Amino acid sequence: MQNLFIFTLMFAALGSAWNIIGGYSGYISLGHAAFFGVGAYAIGITFTHVSIGSGYRPFYVLPLVGFGVALVAVPIGWVAFRTRAATFAIVTITLLFVVQQLAYNLRSITGGSQGISLPPPSFPVATFEEPFFYAMLGVLALSMLASWWIRGSKLGLALLSIRDDEDRARGLGVQTGFAKMVAFALSSGLVAMAGGVWGYYIGFIYPQFAVDPLVTIGMVLMVYLGGKGTLWGPVLGAFILVPAQQYLAYRLGASNLYLVGYAAVFLVVMLLLPRGILPSIAERARRLRTRRLPPDPGRGPQAKEVVAS
Amino acid sequence: MHVFIQACILGLLTGGVYALMASGLALGFGVMRVINVAQGALIILGAYLSYTLYSSLGIDPFIGLLVLTPAMFVLGVVLQIVFLRPLREEEREELSILVTWAIALGIEGILSIAYQTTYRSTITSYADRSWTVLGYYISVARTYAFVASIVVLVLLFAILRFTKLGRAVRATVQNPTAARLLGVETRLVSALGFGLSVATASAAGAVYGIVFPFNPGSHYDLISRLLTIIVLGGLGSLGGAVIAALGMGLAESLFSAEFSPTWASFTFFVVLIVMLVLRPQGLFGARVRGAI
Amino acid sequence: MNALLEVQGLVKRFGGVTAVDDCSFAVEAGSITGLIGPNGSGKTTVFNLVTGYLPADRGQILFDGRPVRRPDPTRLARRGLIRTFQQARVFAQLTVLENLVLASPQTWWQAGKPRVGAAERTRGEELLAEFNLAGHANIVAAELSFGQRKLLEFAATLMSRPSLVLLDEPTAGVNPVLIETIESHIRRLHDEGLTFLVVEHDMPLVMRLCDPVIVLDRGCKIAEGPAAQVQRDPLVLDAYLGS
Repeated sequence: MQNLFIFTLMFAALGSAWNIIGGYSGYISLGHAAFFGVGAYAIGITFTHVSIGSGYRPFYVLPLVGFGVALVAVPIGWVAFRTRAATFAIVTITLLFVVQQLAYNLRSITGGSQGISLPPPSFPVATFEEPFFYAMLGVLALSMLASWWIRGSKLGLALLSIRDDEDRARGLGVQTGFAKMVAFALSSGLVAMAGGVWGYYIGFIYPQFAVDPLVTIGMVLMVYLGGKGTLWGPVLGAFILVPAQQYLAYRLGASNLYLVGYAAVFLVVMLLLPRGILPSIAERARRLRTRRLPPDPGRGPQAKEVVAS
Repeated sequence: MHVFIQACILGLLTGGVYALMASGLALGFGVMRVINVAQGALIILGAYLSYTLYSSLGIDPFIGLLVLTPAMFVLGVVLQIVFLRPLREEEREELSILVTWAIALGIEGILSIAYQTTYRSTITSYADRSWTVLGYYISVARTYAFVASIVVLVLLFAILRFTKLGRAVRATVQNPTAARLLGVETRLVSALGFGLSVATASAAGAVYGIVFPFNPGSHYDLISRLLTIIVLGGLGSLGGAVIAALGMGLAESLFSAEFSPTWASFTFFVVLIVMLVLRPQGLFGARVRGAI
Repeated sequence: MNALLEVQGLVKRFGGVTAVDDCSFAVEAGSITGLIGPNGSGKTTVFNLVTGYLPADRGQILFDGRPVRRPDPTRLARRGLIRTFQQARVFAQLTVLENLVLASPQTWWQAGKPRVGAAERTRGEELLAEFNLAGHANIVAAELSFGQRKLLEFAATLMSRPSLVLLDEPTAGVNPVLIETIESHIRRLHDEGLTFLVVEHDMPLVMRLCDPVIVLDRGCKIAEGPAAQVQRDPLVLDAYLGS
């Protein structure tokens, strides 16, 4: 049962972190799992190459991992943000693929396809899961704190303006590059920390599981289900989907169905409930409370064109 | 020198296949203003279908193409109508990324269930043979693949140039508003144009399956390479994509021969990074709408 | 009189089409300069080139006497050059006040501060009052009417106290009462020292408001001068009637 909670918290943390860049700015990163994997490997490497020792020490390394990955994410983000929208999404997929390849190929560091094995910590058997539970809760709290603080700040304002109309934001002097970079770095660092806890918890780090598209799919889907751009949306999404997924896995077993299942849920959400649960509820409530102004005829499909005919 | 030319031959032949794969993506973007994240998965789907036609019914993949391509055209049209058209105009750009991604995952999932994750290859009778010309090995399969790619590309160019649909597609690519004003049914053209790009993907997949081993997860590798080619050639430029594809085929092959086969695929990523840093609009991309 | 904005030999090609063809003109400081021309004359492209949304193939741009290397919208905004768009673009998901606050200059170390500071709120509300949007401060911009959005977009350009404002068809799609309002705002701001470059199709408005008027046709300048003179210029008449 603890196991289920830990994974739910993990995806809630991942979703919240992803939301900081994907939800607020509209730059959809489909390869965020790359940072998750890097975080996991970072913890693994501190075990095998730096011999940090067991017990609680790896948890203390976590903030360093997060910070380190955030720093690395800056140049990556700088290159990636040279593109827009859909191209950006594919660039992040490419990033994920490259990181996975590196995990396979840099055998001396990552152990290649043999992966890295972490000795189980000597926590008392009865409360073995607890430290991991609290660690993951800590990462979630940090994610949500960051998310909450950003949305109330000028940085959040800039990010939202980027999502609405980046060209115009630039034209008004908004420092869009800086805003995107900070959001991306923060988001990556948080995701890496979750990856680190996961790596330690699972005990073995293989390329195909640590740097796994399924992790990205999960976090993005949960954010969109719960409501992207909201504070609690990702958490809600995680609390709905992770137990559902575990239940289905228990009943159906086959893991290939995951993909089809995810894809189906995704398509349903995109087509029927694109804003997600929380915003849709908020919208309903608002509509019941206030009378809407008539639809605006000036709002046309050309709104994003910079070059007119 | 011998090694160099051998690598060039191999690179060009492979580049032809890349060109076919990338053209579908370039076309899809030009028509729909949407990068089809599912393009890699659609190519793999084509590869699997072609493989099945061959391994179960003995139909040579190049013949199977004739059946496969129209079928996938229809699939493409259906996909566009069911999943992309309902998206509201304002959200279309953002949601189409996720929708096409979901389609890619769905395809990967279905293929995993149907075929498992073992690597397959459409091994035809001529798969291992190669001609020896002037002391160089020229793989039969790759040559056929190259020729088929060129044929399909020429066909694609011909359709775009000479048919009514093609002209409508090109008009929509250059200027959707003007096209609409001139009476071009943009919605229909979008659907048909997308169908065309998916049909191209299936042809590319059939060809790909002969030359390379594949499994359902291969689409990540593919889409990453295609992205590099498109960025290099410039978004929206079909000709640019072809040239870039040949170039990347050459580059990869040369790198593999001179340095290391294991890291050969990394030429793509290095080129991608260099292009993004130096010239994001690509070598031939017309800077339309000021965004990649 | 010195030129606040100077454009020299701008060229921009899209594939086979030359949208801007060796275009040169200057905007005097303290003027309301009009930029007119038949459809397809390249007016909006020139705007996009000058404000850095498109890279020019050739040519030079000087702002306030200094050359603009690799024009970029954000840097130009900080130098005091802001533009509006034809379609009344506002940040639909943000409130009216937030729309304004975004447009005021920020430094990176203010990134963590709350969205709307006290001083900004005051200035924002002042501006809203000037533009008859008082009381709408906390409404989400998506709920504004088209005319209100035009006003909001206009107001936002003023937050950073620019020296040159490029208005892209400010009265397009707008009712006559609002046209008057916008016109009076332009005059008022002009009296306070702001320079305008206005692309417009509303000829009477241009004749009333702008001096000088620059006429483009097929990507280059064919006439320039006071409104009345330009109106009678045979080249201009030919461009409009002949096209």
